[in-house]
Amino acid sequence: MSAEHGRRMGRRGVLRAAAMLAAGAPFATRGAEETPIRIGFPVPITGPYASEAADQVRAAQLAIAEFNQAGGLGGRRAELLVRDDKLDPGEAATRAIELIEKDRVDFIVGSLSASVQLAVNTVTKQRGVLYNSISQSDQIVNSPDWGPTTFHEAMTPHMTAAAVGRYAFEKLGKRCAYVAADYAYGHEMVAGFRAVGATMGAEELAEIKMPIGTRDFSTLMPRLQALRPDIVFLCNFGRDQQIFVKQAHDSGLKRMTHIVAPILLQTARLAGGAQAFAGVLGGTSYYWGIENEVASAKAFNDRFRKAYDGHLPSDYGALGYSGVRAVLTAAAKAGGTETAKVAAALAGMKYDFYKGPQVYRTCDHQSVQAVFIIESKANGSVPDDVFTVLATVPGQEDLLKTCAEEGLG
Amino acid sequence: MAGLSLDLLALQIFTGLALGAVYVLLAIGMSLIFGMLTVVNFAHGAFFALGAYAGFLVLTLGGNFWLALLAVPIVTGLLGMAVEWGLVRHLYGRGIDDPLLLTFGLAYVLVELIRIFAGTQGLPFDTPDALAGAVDIGIGYFPLYRLFVIAMTVAILVLLWLFLERTRLGLIIRAGARDPEIMRVLGVDTGRVWRLVFGLGTAIAGLAGLLAAPLQGVSPEMGNAILADAFVVTVVGGMGSLAGAILAGLLVGVIVSLTALFAPEAGDVAIFVLMAVVLLIRPQGFFGRAGLMS
Repeated sequence: MSAEHGRRMGRRGVLRAAAMLAAGAPFATRGAEETPIRIGFPVPITGPYASEAADQVRAAQLAIAEFNQAGGLGGRRAELLVRDDKLDPGEAATRAIELIEKDRVDFIVGSLSASVQLAVNTVTKQRGVLYNSISQSDQIVNSPDWGPTTFHEAMTPHMTAAAVGRYAFEKLGKRCAYVAADYAYGHEMVAGFRAVGATMGAEELAEIKMPIGTRDFSTLMPRLQALRPDIVFLCNFGRDQQIFVKQAHDSGLKRMTHIVAPILLQTARLAGGAQAFAGVLGGTSYYWGIENEVASAKAFNDRFRKAYDGHLPSDYGALGYSGVRAVLTAAAKAGGTETAKVAAALAGMKYDFYKGPQVYRTCDHQSVQAVFIIESKANGSVPDDVFTVLATVPGQEDLLKTCAEEGLG
Repeated sequence: MAGLSLDLLALQIFTGLALGAVYVLLAIGMSLIFGMLTVVNFAHGAFFALGAYAGFLVLTLGGNFWLALLAVPIVTGLLGMAVEWGLVRHLYGRGIDDPLLLTFGLAYVLVELIRIFAGTQGLPFDTPDALAGAVDIGIGYFPLYRLFVIAMTVAILVLLWLFLERTRLGLIIRAGARDPEIMRVLGVDTGRVWRLVFGLGTAIAGLAGLLAAPLQGVSPEMGNAILADAFVVTVVGGMGSLAGAILAGLLVGVIVSLTALFAPEAGDVAIFVLMAVVLLIRPQGFFGRAGLMS
């Protein structure tokens, strides 16, 4: 969505201008030349989460296109400024500062790692820019990281683990081991499962923290085999998750225990292959297969299919869509891009963009939303047919920490 | 640590040795090129990734894993020879830094080309059916495919040893590494010999990439991480020493494995600590010739 694109007047533009004139808004056409609404979008285009990031960009572009096709904000068009944060907090902070000071963005949406989003949030908070994070983190909605301009469209590890943990401890067994990526995401997920486990009488056999970017997990298999847990909670992400599952499959571990990933990614499953992932359980913020039950999912999938050659949106991709659309919707409500007004419109906003009802909780700006429990299929009918939805845990506040617990009370 | 049994320890060490075989496989191509040409091939990881992608291509075109095992080293070997002819040979005799920087840059180009043609997203690479699953090795279950990788590593090493020690061409290569000038005086086209050695090194790198693909899947960046590992193994074993690479590879595997059992967080650091310790005590590595790097 370049500025050039914005200036071109297509058939739709002419029709829109005509419609506006008819509606008695003689100055509305001037909007086409007004400054566009700029949304900075730092995501890890390169690195281990590259495929998830690419999908986020596609979905975010869709939200932008829809907004512009609907006439923008009084003629002001939106544009997405995609930047590669390389999955590095320092890089992300630099890109965020550039986006704010050089590119003069109105909002920032994006990032795909707990530590990276916290780095972006530090920058936006200092400069009073609205930031909607689309990646899991507990800390971002906790004191002292949270700020009045901080919003969190993604689920938190606490709520994900609460939903997945309740299901797993109830259905699969109580003896568990944790394999976690040794950074905020892994730590927060383990903490989340422990909190649920404590209430359900779970027994923890081991917690194994592995450096992010580990290429070989074979060295963990002997110990996990010896421990014989009912459940191995796999609290890592992206390529790390995909490699662990593949190697767990090859070592025969999958035959003696359930592997449960708090977040089971569609992209990781596609890259890892059906054979390796078959039977692996997990949670997700979105799976396209809910479209038969959820009308907004059907509508979103159809628009995505149309825009991208029949492809379907992935879980994290969809977050890029809703994260951008939420900010644009709030801007439209506020009638402008002034940070305080848009933040006020977002707080408490109820919406259903793609997965059923959601709401930004007023006290911490966390999006309260449903968590889906899914299982990887051995073989699906089409390439994207990879999961079975086992259960839907509706978005309820009891999955979340209270704002007092987050230090925001 | 609770629950530590002898069986677990034995399986852990065995897992380490198997992982070590992978490290050996990663390092020998690099070690060979350095030992014979004194070129540190930093594009080693890129050839590794290319090997995996070439294998994926063979499978996509209707071939099978066994055909890929044959085709991949030929493709990456020829590509390596082209790289030697077009780029590397112009830098012989200009110290160790120049070819190192050249291949470092080349790695970026190759990985970027992979991203452009095959996408940034990883590709699935299933374990071949005949080698799928785990077998009981007496102390626990172990993936059959990893046993196959060990066997392949041994086979490659034996063939390489036979080639270098028992064939006329091997004799020329070894002699050329000692004293290229005398070889030229004797009428040997050393340029062709170097090209062959470089191609052999990249062929093994490509084969290693193909063999690693069923272990971890295929991605453009898969070679970046292993470059550091291969370099550590090569340095610890002694730059240019095949026996050193074998010993160091197995040692690194066992150390990584035991670290994973007792202090998994330290997995990344452990092998670099090993490298630092070895370099302090024996700067040329286990079997390296002193002064080769200077």
